[in-house]
Amino acid sequence: MNPIFILARMTFVQAIRRKIVLTGLVLGLCFLVIFSIGFHMINTSSIGVVPGGAGEGVQNIINTEKSSGIFLAGLYAVTFLGIAMAALLGADTLAGEINSGTIQVIVTKPIRRSDVVFGKWLGFAGLLGMYLLLLMGGTTLSILLQSGYVAPHLAAGLVLIYLESLLIMTLAMLFSSRFSALATGGVVFGLYGLAFIGGWIEQIGAVLNSPTAVQVGILTSLIVPSESLWRRAAFEMQSPLSGLLGISPFGATSVPSLLMVGYAVVYLLAVLALTVRVFQKRDL
Amino acid sequence: MPLAPAIETHELRKVFGDNAAVKSLTLQIQQGEVFGFLGPNGAGKTTSIKMLVGLIAPTSGKASLLGAPLGDLATRACIGFLPEHFRFQDWLTAREFLVLHGNLYGMDRSRLNTRIDQLLERVGLSGFRDKALVTFSKGMLQRIGLAQALLNSPGLVFLDEPTSGLDPVGRILVRDIIRELRKEGTCVFLNSHLLSEIEVTCDRVAFISHGEVIKLLDLAALDTGQITVTLRVAGLTVETASGLSPWAEAIHLEDNCLTLTAHSEEALPEINRFLVNHGVAVYEIAPKHVSLEELFIETVGKEGGL
Repeated sequence: MNPIFILARMTFVQAIRRKIVLTGLVLGLCFLVIFSIGFHMINTSSIGVVPGGAGEGVQNIINTEKSSGIFLAGLYAVTFLGIAMAALLGADTLAGEINSGTIQVIVTKPIRRSDVVFGKWLGFAGLLGMYLLLLMGGTTLSILLQSGYVAPHLAAGLVLIYLESLLIMTLAMLFSSRFSALATGGVVFGLYGLAFIGGWIEQIGAVLNSPTAVQVGILTSLIVPSESLWRRAAFEMQSPLSGLLGISPFGATSVPSLLMVGYAVVYLLAVLALTVRVFQKRDL
Repeated sequence: MPLAPAIETHELRKVFGDNAAVKSLTLQIQQGEVFGFLGPNGAGKTTSIKMLVGLIAPTSGKASLLGAPLGDLATRACIGFLPEHFRFQDWLTAREFLVLHGNLYGMDRSRLNTRIDQLLERVGLSGFRDKALVTFSKGMLQRIGLAQALLNSPGLVFLDEPTSGLDPVGRILVRDIIRELRKEGTCVFLNSHLLSEIEVTCDRVAFISHGEVIKLLDLAALDTGQITVTLRVAGLTVETASGLSPWAEAIHLEDNCLTLTAHSEEALPEINRFLVNHGVAVYEIAPKHVSLEELFIETVGKEGGL
């Protein structure tokens, strides 16, 4: 068996035994229940119902916008949960094993150090995929069952959100290969925060027609392209009308280009390659 | 063709910051040898092992294991390693832990299963095969770690302080396992500061201090059959004591304590008889090993690694 798969499997078993999967499942289900109740209350309330009655077409558009808005708000929360999970998984893995010494009997086997990085990465990618599938699938299904609404370009949007969590997880692994888990957590959340603020500056800049602000936003996206992936995902999945409603954290006004998405993929691969290199050089 | 040395190092050096943990290590250890690596704390023992098994990169110098340069993956399949701080994936059961490591060695399933059963039996953990490692005591972890190091029937095995967490029964177990390994022709590189342990198991010993070999000792050659004993006696004069010269040398009498080195163990009853015949009361004859400990103190100095 390829050592990468042996280690990916080990990572999976570890997450199950350490009750990470159970915790994720329980909290995820809690989230879905609360989200569904919340959506049910909004969906059946009189919010957005035109007083005195409107044409069926107008009311349909309003209902669609309501569902779309809540759906994106839900996914925004899911994205954040995914990122938190990604940062925590990635931050502890190498740093934790180096610190405890369990890594010593692994890397002295007839395997490459890159196998260790790739194996763990693959294991976490699988875990994150399952976690996000549960949360995003549940959110989508909840809205679909209650209002019949399905967002456009759903698959593309979900893939982009998954990509964002992989990006954060890979960044966390990079820092984890050199620094302690705690320091890694701090740095990664800091970088995520930077991208988040940058994204807002870009959005506000777009609304206020300030090219400088947009450029600052793009610059932070180049440093950490995580937030731009969310905004592209939101752009893909928003109803055409939403983009015109102005800025909200759940939508996108200044839309990151596909070039930025390509950049994020290259960025992720580069960070992964750098992780391998740092881990290869590291004295354990 | 002669066998390549199990371990060969040439001026191996490791510097952390401006501190040379290992100054210059030059060693040649043959296959099948049980080699003891002795030194005070901070002498660079663990750093040396870590360089050899590929955990840390040497700053300079050369080394080879079983004839291949450090880091060769095919060679690593023939090497076993028990680290000093044995911390393992404690969410696995004993059996799962060994399966994981056997898989990493690339062992096929049937050979691995047989080997796991053998080794769990050998280290006395057969009854705990399906227990999670998190429930294991320190000694049990060290035993399972030892099993892990021997999974692949290695030609060369590094044991870094293999008895540090063990009770006397466990220590005897490790000693017996090392003897079996020697019989099977496995080279054992034993890192320890328990001198008695090294003394009874090793063929050769290197004393290291500040990351340099300061003395190499062939323990087989050290055993000349001579035995130093201390006798507690009463009524012995220096003149009478000098009459013991046919059986012993280095005769020294101080108060009621006689120290001498007998030519052989068979000389001891003769010495006793001689003393009794000369009206000397003998209360105690205690053999005193020319111990590695004394040699160690003599070589490394009393200040140790401080």
